[in-house]
Amino acid sequence: MTYYQHAARQPHILRTDLALLSEWIKPGSSVLDLGCGDGLLLAHLQRTRQVKGYGVEIDDQHIATCLEQGINVLQVDLNDGLSDFFEENRFDYVIMSQALQAIHRPDLLLEDMLHIGREGIVSFPNFGHWISRIQLFFAGHMPHTRALPHNWYNSPNIHLCTLKDFENLCSGLGIEVLQSIALDPQHQSTAGMRWLPNLFGEVAVYHFKRKYG
Amino acid sequence: MPDTLPTDSVGLVTEQQHHFDEPLTLACGRTLPEYDLTYETYGKLNSNASNALLICHALSGDHHAAGYHDMADKKPGWWETSIGPGKPFDTNRFFIVCPNNLGGCKGSSGPTTINPETGKTYGADFPIVTVPDWVESQRRLGKALGIETWAAVVGGSLGGMQALQWAIQYPDELRYSVIIAAAPKLSAQNIAFNEVARQAILTDPDFHEGHYLAHDTVPKRGLMLARMLGHITYLSDDAMHVKFGRELREGELNYQQVDQVNFQVESYLRYQGKNFVHRFDANTYVLMTKALDFFDPAKDYDDNLAKALAPIKAKCLLMSFTSDWRFSPARSKEIVKAMLHHDRDVSYVEIDAPHGHDAFLMPIPQYTTTLKAYMDRIETD
Repeated sequence: MTYYQHAARQPHILRTDLALLSEWIKPGSSVLDLGCGDGLLLAHLQRTRQVKGYGVEIDDQHIATCLEQGINVLQVDLNDGLSDFFEENRFDYVIMSQALQAIHRPDLLLEDMLHIGREGIVSFPNFGHWISRIQLFFAGHMPHTRALPHNWYNSPNIHLCTLKDFENLCSGLGIEVLQSIALDPQHQSTAGMRWLPNLFGEVAVYHFKRKYG
Repeated sequence: MPDTLPTDSVGLVTEQQHHFDEPLTLACGRTLPEYDLTYETYGKLNSNASNALLICHALSGDHHAAGYHDMADKKPGWWETSIGPGKPFDTNRFFIVCPNNLGGCKGSSGPTTINPETGKTYGADFPIVTVPDWVESQRRLGKALGIETWAAVVGGSLGGMQALQWAIQYPDELRYSVIIAAAPKLSAQNIAFNEVARQAILTDPDFHEGHYLAHDTVPKRGLMLARMLGHITYLSDDAMHVKFGRELREGELNYQQVDQVNFQVESYLRYQGKNFVHRFDANTYVLMTKALDFFDPAKDYDDNLAKALAPIKAKCLLMSFTSDWRFSPARSKEIVKAMLHHDRDVSYVEIDAPHGHDAFLMPIPQYTTTLKAYMDRIETD
């Protein structure tokens, strides 16, 4: 399947997501996409921003799709760390979309990201979204939302956090947030999300770098 | 061989041979004044010669990679799982060339062929050949067949080392390199296993310093032992456990005689060893293990693999198998890391397989699917 065929299958989701991330990526830069899926973002960045990109993925089907599309992809478990492959400051950007919450040690991986890359971009579901809060507070069960569709027992998401949690972790790790945006699962942003992102944002995207060095 | 040829097989194939008059100077300093390469081809070369795949064989492999020589053949070529119509190395798309390497014993010049300078079989006088020597000779074969640039050079194990060496040695003459279950150089443990295998052969009383054919004999025991040892390293502990466990051959242990086979695994190894003696040459085995031991592209670059791989232009695919302890995934990752250092186009696939090193010859769905996906890309790129 080509990039175009794939993009045509789910146009509304992709265009906003890709457009948003692309704006943060300088043309001609080097990019590592952790949990790259079928390589759609990398294909887009290669086409529109002329980046030199590599993907990291664990799923066999995604790997095959990447190979078919000519995307450089490495089959690696993010929980094993990235030092087997990458040297310090190897990339301009290390991107991780919707995988942080499924990693054994998100703190270590964030540090790893900024070891091999100069800047990082992550997106994750916001556990502090008002619907999650209401479900937990009034209904007394783990949240079931558009951004968090799994049951507690079979969810891949083992380290859920709120925007506040993430920002606290960043400051603890000496990470400076360059920009952030709160979105709905279709990657649209509303006035409410911009006003109180930790309450109204369902998905958060952060762009960050090391404070020093 | 089944009564009818499977539709996804290349079917009946015939080996071919090319004679080279141009002398070939080897890494050891010696020169072969003339030599032959025996090879097989599958599929058709297209009009602009852009669809050629070179398949490089491993230690005990040869040029017969796919199909059958005869309707009575019990087994097809060694990589039948991957070569044929609709398979990853799709003969509907690619023109596939697989030579028997120099120093081999299946038709190409080697210890069992006649030394043109003496009129006698080479035996132990055949020079030590290296992976770069093979690349050189394979390149000449390609040119003889009208191939200036390979769509891809492909190999597993020692064959993968050739695919890597090709990308280093002639970076402009291949578009892709597919390196499967390989290593950038052997570890001390790898060399140790090879040394035990060599010693088994060299100390066999029938070895006669490599000139056993002149004595009308072959060092059967040594070659058999070498093969038995090799087989242990090709399988994982788990694979051996599943295949044999502690299953007994006769139902009970024999407490009377120490030379009796008790366990199935003993029987299997003896069978493999004995079988090998009939189809392989001991001098060739020794030469192949030397080629493995000596392979080390980083040697001339201060042991810096990244420096050694700097010339590579081909896009590369590295594949490894989780249970392979002979050339483990970590060894493939060393190569990937060195390629990434230079921003090369490289992909890495780790196949979850319990079979050990031998997995690269097996029909494992994840392996076949990803390899085919990559090869399909090569054809359209």
